[in-house]
Amino acid sequence: MSLTDHATGRAIPDRLRTPLDKRIKSWETLLLIVAVAIFIANSFASPYFLNAWNLSDATFNFTEKAMIAFAMALLIIAGEIDLSVAAIIALASTAMGAAVQAGAGTPVLIAVGLGTGVLCGAFNGVLVTRLGLPSIVVTIGTMSLFRGLSYIVLGDQAYGGYPSDFSYFGRGYVFWVISFEFVLFALIAVIYGIVLHTTNFGRAVYAIGNNPTGALFSGIRVARVKFILFLLTGLMSGLAAVCLTSRLGSTRPSIAMGWELEIVTMVVLGGINILGGSGTIPGVVIAAFVMGLVTFGLGLLNVPGIVMSIVIGALLIGVIALPRLWAMRRR
Amino acid sequence: MLKRLLTSREMLLFGAVAALCALIATRFPGFVAPGNLLRVFNDTSPLILLAIGQMIVILTRCIDLSVAANLALSGMCVAMLNVAYPDLPIPVIIAVAVGLGTLMGMFNGILVWKLAIPPIVVTLGTLTIYRGIIFLVSDGNWVNSHEMSAAFKAFPRAEVLGLPVLGWTAILAIVVFGLVMTRTTLGRAFYAVGGNPHAATYTGLNVGRSQFWAFTISGALAGLTGYLWVSRYAVAYVDIAGGFELDVVAACVIGGVSIAGGIGTVGGAVLGALFLGVIKNALPVVNISPFWQMAISGAAIIIAVALNARATREKGRIILKSAEKPA
Repeated sequence: MSLTDHATGRAIPDRLRTPLDKRIKSWETLLLIVAVAIFIANSFASPYFLNAWNLSDATFNFTEKAMIAFAMALLIIAGEIDLSVAAIIALASTAMGAAVQAGAGTPVLIAVGLGTGVLCGAFNGVLVTRLGLPSIVVTIGTMSLFRGLSYIVLGDQAYGGYPSDFSYFGRGYVFWVISFEFVLFALIAVIYGIVLHTTNFGRAVYAIGNNPTGALFSGIRVARVKFILFLLTGLMSGLAAVCLTSRLGSTRPSIAMGWELEIVTMVVLGGINILGGSGTIPGVVIAAFVMGLVTFGLGLLNVPGIVMSIVIGALLIGVIALPRLWAMRRR
Repeated sequence: MLKRLLTSREMLLFGAVAALCALIATRFPGFVAPGNLLRVFNDTSPLILLAIGQMIVILTRCIDLSVAANLALSGMCVAMLNVAYPDLPIPVIIAVAVGLGTLMGMFNGILVWKLAIPPIVVTLGTLTIYRGIIFLVSDGNWVNSHEMSAAFKAFPRAEVLGLPVLGWTAILAIVVFGLVMTRTTLGRAFYAVGGNPHAATYTGLNVGRSQFWAFTISGALAGLTGYLWVSRYAVAYVDIAGGFELDVVAACVIGGVSIAGGIGTVGGAVLGALFLGVIKNALPVVNISPFWQMAISGAAIIIAVALNARATREKGRIILKSAEKPA
């Protein structure tokens, strides 16, 4: 491994690529081909795959995770990470459950869910940006803390009895087979895409990820941008908590267990550099579909969930390893 | 010299563990009885074994999230081996467990070394792959106590001088890796590679290869712990030690191992593990619901990392750190 490789993680090419060449050989294109291949393979493998309602059901596999993945993508591009997202879902869901017991209606429930998410995000943000602590350790800590609080409140009990109009967020359909969650997912994807790729804020996120010191000296308020990103991740986790709680209709402290790893997998699969500095929202969107299609397709073939996780894990390593192996062979 | 020893992080942490025990002892003197302390140590041994391996990996600026899955897969394989061939001697069983764990650690290491994939991505992937393979080899079935041979179950519980073999294994690992980290070139290489990879490269060290060996050691310890875990609890199934990797990382962080690499000791990692072990064993004694444990260890991680950051910041290693903070 050469020194420059180790320092920056990328080699400097001797000839710049043309825009078209760049686009064709991009990560997103590769991922799109994988997605289409999986879709075609699935439609041959199971006669039940090409059915509008089945496909609509399949979207529930990833919509809630993807909402968080978009915020997580920005956070990872800026060189930080949040492993506490699934724990935030648990705490927000527990808070909503407690609110129901106190007789709260649907609007209050949503406020409680989103509010808890934002508060948790702010807590992470303060620890990372004010105290200057490494985010991976902080969020491993808050991951235990937030879910631990849910366990203290609930123990082996569960909250239920959510109002009937609350179930719309997880089970409602806007139009024919298009679910409310899917519309929300699409809307959030567009918003994050615009924010990351067309605004000053988005440029600042990339700049921080590539060189925090350089970003600071060019007048970017690094700590503030990072704090906002933690807030957004918390907010999205709160939103996912509203959708998931509504869909399940009950709250247990083990809700969304292990989702943080699936969400990080989705983000990395989407071509976001785990070391920060690069990646796109369309990549994450395609990765969400790839993971959803794989899970759903294997589910139709009666493959158990844990075996699907092998496929997801192999996919994560494979899509990163194969281009590198390819580059090594050509060198 | 004495002052440095007294103010060292290990001493502070030892003081914290002792204070915690003393606090519990004021209400429940039985907790600090030698027999009970040995029991707590024995109960914490798997965490200690894994924390030592994890510490070495973190020293080289990597992280191994696959340790718990590695433990579970190695444990399941030897449990099934025992069911199929009940007469296999225990040393063979241990060799198989360590061998499997080592192979899995090497797989992580190769991906990090030869393909330069970020360690968190590699081990996140292998974590799910190893867990999935357990399901494939076991078909989702459990290996229960009555299927295991008596010798298989007896080994970690056999008492030598009042401490079960499980506890002695942890002590052996502490001694061996204490020596490796402070008295061998391999140990120095781990510190050098994590402290400053560029300088290490110029010194002639191969950064990737050191990381590979760190993962291999972590994997070997996970494999060994896999056998001990399965035989001690006398059960093997897909989800054993689920989420344990985070406890292991937590033990390291509490033990003062810097996630940025290059800083940490075997003693620190062991004390970090003992801190969590004491809390876990004390909760039922002081009549607090075990459901509190998760939140308490979470809070302990955050407090520990905040204290660690404070301790290292005074040295002013990163000049711009103060400028990065908002006014």
